[in-house]
Amino acid sequence: MTTDPSKVQLTEDGRLKHFLTTEGLSRELLTEILDTADSFISTQERAVKTVPLLRGKTVVNLFFENSTRTRSTFELAAKRLSADILNLDIAKSATAKGETLMDTLWNLEAMYSDMFVVRHADSGAAHFIAEHVTPNVAIINAGDGRHAHPTQAMLDMLTIRRHTGSIEGKIVAIVGDILHSRVARSQIHALRTLGAAEVRVIGPGTLLPRDIDALGARPFYNMNQGLADCDVVIMLRLQKERMQNALLPSESEFFKLYGLTEEKLALAKPDAIVMHPGPINRGVEIESAVADGPQSVILNQVSYGIAVRMAVMAMAMSGQQSAQMIDEDGAQ
Amino acid sequence: MRYLQIENARLIDPANNLDTVAEIFVADGRIQTIGRRPIAGEIEESIDAQGQWLIPGLIDLGGHLPEPGYSQKGSIASETRAACAGGFTHICSLPDTKPVADTAAVIQLVLEKAAKAGFARVLPLGALTQGLAGEQIANMVTLQEAGAVALSNARRPIRDNYVLRRLMEYAATYDIPLFLTANDEALSAGGCMHEGPTATRMGLSGIPETAETIAIANILLLIEQTGVRAHISQISCARSVAMLTEAHQRGLPVTADTTLANLLYTDEAVEGYNSLFNVQPPLRSERDRLALLQAVEQGHLAISSNHQPHEIAAKKAPFADAEAGMSQYDHFLPQALSLVHRGELSIDALIRATSTIPANLLGLRQQLTEGAAFNACLVDPNAENVVTAQSLQSRGRNHPALGRTLKGQVKRVFVDGQLVFAS
Repeated sequence: MTTDPSKVQLTEDGRLKHFLTTEGLSRELLTEILDTADSFISTQERAVKTVPLLRGKTVVNLFFENSTRTRSTFELAAKRLSADILNLDIAKSATAKGETLMDTLWNLEAMYSDMFVVRHADSGAAHFIAEHVTPNVAIINAGDGRHAHPTQAMLDMLTIRRHTGSIEGKIVAIVGDILHSRVARSQIHALRTLGAAEVRVIGPGTLLPRDIDALGARPFYNMNQGLADCDVVIMLRLQKERMQNALLPSESEFFKLYGLTEEKLALAKPDAIVMHPGPINRGVEIESAVADGPQSVILNQVSYGIAVRMAVMAMAMSGQQSAQMIDEDGAQ
Repeated sequence: MRYLQIENARLIDPANNLDTVAEIFVADGRIQTIGRRPIAGEIEESIDAQGQWLIPGLIDLGGHLPEPGYSQKGSIASETRAACAGGFTHICSLPDTKPVADTAAVIQLVLEKAAKAGFARVLPLGALTQGLAGEQIANMVTLQEAGAVALSNARRPIRDNYVLRRLMEYAATYDIPLFLTANDEALSAGGCMHEGPTATRMGLSGIPETAETIAIANILLLIEQTGVRAHISQISCARSVAMLTEAHQRGLPVTADTTLANLLYTDEAVEGYNSLFNVQPPLRSERDRLALLQAVEQGHLAISSNHQPHEIAAKKAPFADAEAGMSQYDHFLPQALSLVHRGELSIDALIRATSTIPANLLGLRQQLTEGAAFNACLVDPNAENVVTAQSLQSRGRNHPALGRTLKGQVKRVFVDGQLVFAS
């Protein structure tokens, strides 16, 4: 009845037809995404920014959780691929559960949509839609619960590759609330596949999930030890509600222990880069001097986001079309 | 007298140290003779059960019946018939119906519908607290008089230890047995699967084993203090087994069961967000599964179904939003036999855990012995069948073995000498 998420997103000949998770994707495929995104970055520098890859296609932004930033970059990416884009803010129309979810999706499919960009509070939601609801619509996961945020992870990979030359052999530290972070999970899988020498996760015991080492990440509770010799430092956003949930005493104690300051950054390699998926809480997880400092590539990350999303949308649409052509041939 | 004769079956009943091929004669709902012909009377019907096993009928210590209140998930008739198809002659129904079984009227309704359906006997568990809200003591004596065999709060929380203590004291006064589940609500809140590496990777909220073990510690200490007769339902952790063993060593007469699913599967079954395996208690680690199996083998633990039928829509949702539970009555015995075929459990231990221990707990005489009521099941241990939707008697479509081939087939089930199921 249900298959491995990493298989659901691939065609029989191993091409992307949905983009649900970085887990289980080959190094070649992840590299293809990065190379394709790189090629779009050069088009972004031209005066005419659109390419016709998705002309005549309808992309629906389905955001069951609010997110202005991610949604906007997907919207821009779709427009630059010449697609028609429809934004549906389902978070506002409340009930995003079971039958309602399916009814909404079937209605949209009936309107000849070609691609859904989905954000949902439930882990596995994008996978569920791809497998059980609308298998003929390409699904791009824009964040599902704590599970995955693969386009964010891939734009982070692109950032690392463009600023340090390669992911191969790098030591990467991810700092903060790993427990609730879909970004961290997607980053860990992508970094491991792309050959990072070591992936470290740094935070207090309450925010590092149990058995995180089974994912191939090495846990550190002491930030000074965790940052030693790192090539890349990725800071995660800390949500306010963690304090109410007895996971942390206060923002100030968190900053004291895990906030990125110039002093702590000095323990990493001298040319280490600092990343953050945003939006930043200055003075909570990172101090302004570091966020705006010479080692920060935070703003570049945002601009790469459009190119990466263009790349996966183009690749998934092409894979989805070829899968459907094979199905039709099979039917005849 | 007119007899039913069953020939050539292998009779297995560990309660009587019985494992032999012998003929058996049944009349007036009872076993009249085993291994010898009755002195007088005629054979009304004879069954040649060559290659089949005759075992005591299974008794379920906890399954969910969808009536009253959840007719979209099935009926008492459909689910008791499914129970027979799985080898059960008796089932304890959990009280979390709608309305909950906290009044004599609901208990009577369940009993009447079950009797009218005529499949497995239903032994209702009454609600332990009013509305199952965990606050106010239910009318325990009234419920018992109406036919409740024990009281349970299903998996709903009891407000605090004060209420739990008083419930136990009150029940102990009238020697009413309690079926308790061990679940610390504060620790399990929001969780939808076992807390472990699979949950971490899939980004699903975990239920730590302490949600169960802390609750068991509470329950055991209060049983000791109040002297109530209590059974702990649906344990899932290795550590819980150790705690129960320690309690037994101290002489505490507490019994417990685990669910068949916890013996068959681990948390890895959730892989791929398969909502069929969204169950409470959650499927735990391989270490837990093996410890539970060992306790069953040693005769310390019963096996219950935790049968919970659902319509397709209830499971067709992202994992955490899907309703918990699996349909288990159909093919229950073949699924359990897979443990025997794999060498993980002996047939004696399986029969003890699904029939002998539950019978002792409920004061039933479920035995293959002369004079006992004929509640039994004929099973072909080697017949192979593919589990299809069409093969299900239950209306629930959430059977975990759908599409799989199972070895072992229930051929006939008798309740008080009456044939209630045949395949």
